[in-house]
Amino acid sequence: MENSLLLNVEEKLKLTFGEGVLSAEQHYDYPVFIVKSEIICDVVRFLYNDEDLAFQYLTTLAGLHYPKNKGMELGVMYQLHNLIKNSRIRIKVFFSINNPSLPSITPVFSGANWMERETFDFYGINFKGHPNLKRILNMEDMKYHPMLKEYPLEDGTREDKDDKMFGR
Amino acid sequence: MNTKNKIKKVKTNSTPVTIADNQVEPAIYSTLNLGPTHPATHGIFQNVLKMDGEIVMDSESTIGYIHRSFEKIAENRPYYQFTVVTDRLNYCSAPINNLAWIMSVEKLLEIEIPKRVQYLRVIIMELARISDHIICNSVIGVDTGAMTGFLYIFQMRERIYEIYEELCGARLTTNIGRIGGLERDFSPKVWDLLNKFLIDFPPALKEFENLLMRNRIFMDRTVGCGPISAERALNYSFSGPNLRAAGVDYDVRVMNPYCSYEEFDFIIPVGLNGDTYDRFMVREQEMWESVKIIQQAIEKVKKEPEGVYHADVPEYFLPPKEEVYNNMEALIYHFKIVMGETVTPKGEVYHAVEGGNGELGFYIISEGGRAPYRVHIRRPCFIYYQAYAEMIKGGMLSDAILTMSSMNVIAGELDA
Repeated sequence: MENSLLLNVEEKLKLTFGEGVLSAEQHYDYPVFIVKSEIICDVVRFLYNDEDLAFQYLTTLAGLHYPKNKGMELGVMYQLHNLIKNSRIRIKVFFSINNPSLPSITPVFSGANWMERETFDFYGINFKGHPNLKRILNMEDMKYHPMLKEYPLEDGTREDKDDKMFGR
Repeated sequence: MNTKNKIKKVKTNSTPVTIADNQVEPAIYSTLNLGPTHPATHGIFQNVLKMDGEIVMDSESTIGYIHRSFEKIAENRPYYQFTVVTDRLNYCSAPINNLAWIMSVEKLLEIEIPKRVQYLRVIIMELARISDHIICNSVIGVDTGAMTGFLYIFQMRERIYEIYEELCGARLTTNIGRIGGLERDFSPKVWDLLNKFLIDFPPALKEFENLLMRNRIFMDRTVGCGPISAERALNYSFSGPNLRAAGVDYDVRVMNPYCSYEEFDFIIPVGLNGDTYDRFMVREQEMWESVKIIQQAIEKVKKEPEGVYHADVPEYFLPPKEEVYNNMEALIYHFKIVMGETVTPKGEVYHAVEGGNGELGFYIISEGGRAPYRVHIRRPCFIYYQAYAEMIKGGMLSDAILTMSSMNVIAGELDA
């Protein structure tokens, strides 16, 4: 049943977006799709409006950082849920850290507002079209985005602490 | 002490905003800083309100006052060490958070949990749900001016905390459960306390309901206060009792059953208007359902083989101390687990449970190794609190306070 969901969504996405869909595979109980970052808002809106798929509930979204994937360092993961048929999917986009921007999905989901602000706060990803993109959990005069992998667990700007012996 | 006390004046914005034709005087809005530490908001929340007299015209929430960056901590700790951090998410129902994290890790490691352990976990989680709802509902009472119900029903919460104490030694930050099972079996005293609780709790809850449910003053205060429609609630990704109060029967326990919830017989209470009264009633009804689930779970545990409290996974579950001292294999496993050298598979999982106030989910990416590569926590409070500004718009200031307490916003989970 889960596999048919994967094939169904993949077929519909490929029909509409063609080359925009980069991959589709099953991870544990979730179908995972990787799409091009420029079309993410269109993909989400298409999945929202399609009568058969009707993914009208945004479960969560989160930033990702893979420093080793050159040119595709940053990413965002979206999880959508169809509450009527109870099917869940995950969509991922990846893009370069030098130009970390992609369309916001706030026109489709009001609930994405703070989630995108959080992702901006921690990963420095700019969501184009977001109504109020500013830091949410960290203080506003913070100079860096702390969830990026290059920053250590403790305050990344401190120099007086030597963690050579006890750090992980 | 010669320093003069500076009296802060409430800022008034004297510039007229819009002047309608029929309006004689220009509207003058005042700005009110509600919080971050205000006795009426239970927790550290700041809301900058734009007020027209006593009516809230607009508001902006500022959050992050107790942010501790759990997701970054998780990337730097072995899996089992992160369990203690999850206590600090929704601290009113810490065992649900612990077990949610543990079940997510078990899903990643593909560990099969024995039925008896699953039922024991159901008992713990439903107790936690009751204690969470007791706090929320009694605080709604306090905010409407009824202190008595709060004081009486809190004795029952104390009884739940005594059960936790007997289970794991702690009361608030419990750290219940281990990867692969529970740290120990339920002792006879736990069963004793649990049975006594199940006898005493229903009359106490009934008494509490008698105080508030059909109380004229309470109903006048809460019916129609801070409503949200089902469409807006879904668009804002609401979950848990707040979504069900708006009339959507979405419950993770039924939709995506975990821990054998599919074997239990219970109903999902839903409201109609999504206002404070409906939220109160949904939580009230859920407590009765939780009692039913615990009773069924106790019956189910009796049919299972006795003494089983963990799965047979020596590479993840700590062996008993006598074994460690006398058996080389157990010593090796003990060392590997404590030093965080266990092998974890690569993969990514998302596991959600029905927490005290909504869908609590953990998204884990593992690249192998001792610690997760990335952990994201779907915190229900964080997601639904953004609708607060919309919900209190056009209402009275006192309704805004009541709306916040009825939404059950927990600062620890909000800021993570």
